[in-house]
Amino acid sequence: MAPTATAPALAVEGVHKSFGQTPVLRGIDLTVAQHEVVCLIGASGSGKSTLLRCVNLLEPIDAGRIVVAGEDICAPGVDVNRVRRRIGIVFQAFNLFPHMSVLDNVTLAPRKVLHLAPAEAAARALALLERFGLADRQREFPDRLSGGQQQRVAIVRALAMDPQLLLLDEVTSALDPELVAEVLAVIRELARGGMTMLIATHEMGFARDIANRVCFLDAGRILEDGPPEQMFRAPRAERTQRFLQRVMEAGRL
Amino acid sequence: MSHLGGPLDTSGMLAVGPPGGPLRARGRPRTALRSTLVAVVSTVVVFGILVWITVNAPGWAEVQVSFFNATVFTNAFPDIVAAFWLNIQLFAIAEVLILVLALVLAVFRSLPGPVFFPLRFLATIYADIFRAVPGVLVIYILGFGIPGLGLPGIPTDPFPYAVIALTLIYSAYVSEVYRAGIESVHPSQEAAARSLGLTRLQALRYVILPQAVRRVIPPLLNDFIGLQKDTVLVSYIGVVEIFRQSQITQQARFNYTPYMATALVFIAVTIPLARLTDILVSRDRRRAAASAR
Repeated sequence: MAPTATAPALAVEGVHKSFGQTPVLRGIDLTVAQHEVVCLIGASGSGKSTLLRCVNLLEPIDAGRIVVAGEDICAPGVDVNRVRRRIGIVFQAFNLFPHMSVLDNVTLAPRKVLHLAPAEAAARALALLERFGLADRQREFPDRLSGGQQQRVAIVRALAMDPQLLLLDEVTSALDPELVAEVLAVIRELARGGMTMLIATHEMGFARDIANRVCFLDAGRILEDGPPEQMFRAPRAERTQRFLQRVMEAGRL
Repeated sequence: MSHLGGPLDTSGMLAVGPPGGPLRARGRPRTALRSTLVAVVSTVVVFGILVWITVNAPGWAEVQVSFFNATVFTNAFPDIVAAFWLNIQLFAIAEVLILVLALVLAVFRSLPGPVFFPLRFLATIYADIFRAVPGVLVIYILGFGIPGLGLPGIPTDPFPYAVIALTLIYSAYVSEVYRAGIESVHPSQEAAARSLGLTRLQALRYVILPQAVRRVIPPLLNDFIGLQKDTVLVSYIGVVEIFRQSQITQQARFNYTPYMATALVFIAVTIPLARLTDILVSRDRRRAAASAR
């Protein structure tokens, strides 16, 4: 099936996933339109990260379909490397390559996967680093950067592949509180630019500000979803209410 | 601490103050001087006793003549050093082949999935067999067995068999070193590489192996030291290298001093490499400490 411009950026249909005997995703249905920002909220272990890893084919699914821009990416014979080129993912723990400079981290995939000339890859990487205030860090190695800088480099690394869909997996959870804002600012900037994003997050205030839609995951299912105003002011499901109550008590909203 | 058999009471120890505290910092220069003095004195005493025991042994006079003969040493040394050139060629060629073959084996063993089972199986069997069979036997079997087949065009010079035998033996060990390095790279690194669209081989080549190899350089150097010494084993198949040369000289003069000269050559070559390994290990440890913060 050829990708089409009118299809949603992402359609997840009846996806099931178990690790051994433990079901993690139990029938997930989710659609993300082009240029839409969808936040996944829910307790740890509710399946947010697993869902993102499945969409990027880092985990195989047991049942269901995942359709990216009209193409079923779980169909047999699909070239996973070609699919991943169009989907960026940023991890909680940054996962930068520690033996490479910032610039090499960002240009590796454009050079080796997209076969850009080194000079062109570097020029594009520098433009991106410049845009996110990291140009003066291009020669540094990851262990010389703060957590916030590392995570911004990781975002730039994903953006360098020019993805149609960006997956963010609790990208601020490993950061010191004072470094969270700089990373969230980058994501806001991306949202303004029209980037399609699926974001797993514990930052409720951020989700409320940035999301077009918020999905509450509970025990491997999407229990409730809707626009942020409704989800945070008047959640319908009792479990959603209790979750948000606990988050509020912890001072995170 | 009167309660016998009870849990260890540490409160008394803690009251003394943590080690490295202000007390110790103030006394450091004097402590350092005293440590050096203690080290020097104990070294002199220990080695003094050992030397005294040796030179007062009943057979010392004969041992001195047959192991520490200056004339024999001076006469034999040039031949021995010349013969060492062959050892250098042996381990230089073998080391390059080992580094390549072992890397291939380690990569084979790290390939996941049922498709690659035959390669994993072969690499595992290889490492098992060549670590099980004593090196001398491998050298014998290859050095006498292959030329014994009498195949046309096959070399009769033992040197190539010596190189091949050492390569086969050491690749088994070195592949395990590489494998440990590959497994020490966190799976999230491969996930990050694959998520950017790199193929499994590209992830291995650009992300995993560079980190893995860097981490195992000290143990690789250690195996390299072992290889240098084990080049003497190929004397068994008729390669006139340093050990065989010292044997020839020993038999000609009925004197063991050539063996001492050979030992001296190995010490001179190996110790710098051992120190280099130490330096690299401690540098890695400092780096790890710095990045952990």
